[in-house]
Amino acid sequence: MDQTGTMPAVSNAPAATAARSTFAQQRRRQLLQGAIVLLLITLLPLFVTNAYLRNVLVLTLLYAALAQSWNILGGYCGQVSLGHALYFGVGAYAASKLFVDHGVVVWFGMLAGGALAALLALVVGYACFRLKGHYFSIATILFAEIGLTLLHNWDYVGAATGIQWPFGADSWWTLQFARDKTPYIYVALGLAAIVWLVTWWIEDSRWGYWWRAVKDNPDAAQSLGVTVFRSKMAASALSAFFTAAGGAFYAAFVSYVDPDSVMNFRFSLLMALPVVLGGIGTLWGPVLGAALLIPLTEFSRSYLGGGGNGVDLMIYGALVMSVALIKPEGLVRLFAKRMAAR
Amino acid sequence: MNAAAWLQVLASGLLMGLVYGLVAVGLSLIFGLMDVVNFAHGEFLMLAMYAAFGLFSFAHLDPVIALPLVAAAMFGVGAFAYAGVVRHALRFKANTGMVQIFATFGLATLIQGAAQYLFSPDYRSIKGGWLEGHTLNVGGVFLPSAQVYAALVSVLAFGGLYLLMTRTDFGRALEATREDKGAVALVGIDSNRVFTLGWGLGAALVGVAGAVLATFYYIHPQVGASFALIAYVTVALGGFGSVFGALAAGVIVGIVEAGTAALLPPALKALGVYLLYLAVLFLRPQGLFGKL
Repeated sequence: MDQTGTMPAVSNAPAATAARSTFAQQRRRQLLQGAIVLLLITLLPLFVTNAYLRNVLVLTLLYAALAQSWNILGGYCGQVSLGHALYFGVGAYAASKLFVDHGVVVWFGMLAGGALAALLALVVGYACFRLKGHYFSIATILFAEIGLTLLHNWDYVGAATGIQWPFGADSWWTLQFARDKTPYIYVALGLAAIVWLVTWWIEDSRWGYWWRAVKDNPDAAQSLGVTVFRSKMAASALSAFFTAAGGAFYAAFVSYVDPDSVMNFRFSLLMALPVVLGGIGTLWGPVLGAALLIPLTEFSRSYLGGGGNGVDLMIYGALVMSVALIKPEGLVRLFAKRMAAR
Repeated sequence: MNAAAWLQVLASGLLMGLVYGLVAVGLSLIFGLMDVVNFAHGEFLMLAMYAAFGLFSFAHLDPVIALPLVAAAMFGVGAFAYAGVVRHALRFKANTGMVQIFATFGLATLIQGAAQYLFSPDYRSIKGGWLEGHTLNVGGVFLPSAQVYAALVSVLAFGGLYLLMTRTDFGRALEATREDKGAVALVGIDSNRVFTLGWGLGAALVGVAGAVLATFYYIHPQVGASFALIAYVTVALGGFGSVFGALAAGVIVGIVEAGTAALLPPALKALGVYLLYLAVLFLRPQGLFGKL
C-alpha cells in the first residue's frame, strides 16, 4: 500500500528516507511500550489488594479507554465534541435494557450499544458537521441534553429512576461479580488496550492522515481530494462506538443506570479532560491524562468532598485551570522531546 | 386552551425571554469581542445572585437597590477573570480552543466549589423583598411584579448597552477591536485593556441579570448551570457575537419554552427550545443574526 509512502509527504517532506526509517522504528517502539504497560497493569492487581484502590483502578482504565475514544474525533480529527455523554449513556442504557429485559449478555450489549451510538453519531454528525469551532461544540452539548431530557421522561427505559440490574451469580458471561472486583480490572484493561491499538493503527492509516489533514486545514484537505465531511463522519462513528462500549461496561460494573449517572454533561467533560491533560491528538496522551486525573479526582472526592462541602470541586477546578494554562500541549510532551520530530 | 390562556403563556414567555436575553448578552459580547466562549458564565450569574442575597440578608438592601452594587462587583469579577485566567489562555498558539474551554471550565468548577464551601448547597431565596407577592393584572393577564420588573430592567439594560456601543469612545473601541485586533493596535488602542473592560462589561450585564433573578428565583450553587445552557442556546440562536441577536433570541426562547410547557408535561419544557435551536442550526448555521 501507499500508506507508509504518503506519510513523510504529509508530515515532513525533506529527509524522507531518514524520516521513514525513524518513523517505522517509532511505531515499533510504541507497540513495545504498549506491551510493557499492558503487562505491568496486568500484574498490578497482585499488589493492589485494597478494594477501594481496585475500584479506582477500574475507573482509571475505563476513562483511559473513553478518553482514547474521544481523542479519535477530538484529537485526530480536531472536532471538539462536548456531547460524548450521549454515546456513553446510549451504551449504558442499551446494555442494561438488553440484559435486564431480554437476558442478552453484556458482551453483545457492548457491541449493540456501540452500533447504536455509531448510528446516532452519524445523525448528530449530519446535523453538526457543517458547523465550525464553538458552534459545533455547543451543538454537541445540546444533542446530549436532548438525550438526557428524553431519558428522564421515557418510561420504557425507566424514566428518572433508570434501570436496576438484578443480583445474580458471579459470571464472566453476564459480567457480574458481586464480591471480587478483579475481573472488572481486566475487562477495562482489555477495552483500553483495544482502543489504544485501534488508535495506534489509525496513526499510520489512510484515515489517520485524512483526519489530521481535516484538523489542520479543512480547505486545503478538500482541495487535495480528502472528503472532509465523510472523514468527520467516520471519526465520529468510530469514536462513538468505543465510547458506548465503555458505557455498557460501566453499566455492568455499577449494576445500575439512571439518566444523570450516565448522560450528564459532566461525563462529556470527564472524557475530554484526560486528553487535554495528557496531550491532544497523541497516542499516549489520553492514557497518561487518565492515569493522573482519575485517581486524583477519586481521592479528592473521597477524602475532601465529604458532606458536599465543595473542597473537592475547588481543587479539581484549580487543577483543570492550571493544567490548561501551564501545559496546554499536554504532559506527554514532557516525554516527547527525545521522540522523532513530527 | 383558549385565546386568553395563550395570551397568558405569551406574556409569561416574553417576560422570561427578556431575562434570558439579558443573561446571554454578556456571553455574546465577550464572544464577539475575542472568540472566547466563557464556560464560567453561569457561575458569574450564580455569584451575582448570591451577592444580591448577601446584601439583602446582611445589609438589608432590597435587590432593587442593590442592583448597581452587584453589577459593579461583577464588573470587577469579570475583569479579574480576564486578567487572571483568560489572558493567559490566549497566549498559546497550540489548541487554543481547548485551552479556553478548559481554563474557563476549571474556573467555573472552582467558583462552584467555593460557593458550596462558603454558602452550603442549601437552596436560598429572598423573603420579604419589595416585589414579592404582588401581581399585576393587565387586561386579564396576570403578571408577577418581580418578573415585570426583571423584564423592564432587561429592556433598560439593552437600551443602555446600545447607547454605550454607539455613542461612546469605549463602545467604538469595542466595535473596532472585534473587527480587527491588529488594526486597532496601530491607532493606539490597547486591545488588552479593551478585552479587560469587555469582560468587565459582560460580567456586569450578567450581574444585572443575577440581581433581578434573585428577586424571584431560588439561589443555590448549581443555579448557574441551568441558565448557562439556555444562554448558550440563546447565543447560538441569535448568532455568536451578535448583541441584539441575543435579545431577540432570548425572547424567542422564552416564548417557545412557555409554549412547550403549556402543551407538554413541564419536565419537557426545554425540549421545544432545543428542537427550535436544531431547526435554526439546520437552516441557518450562523444563527439568526450572526456572521459565520
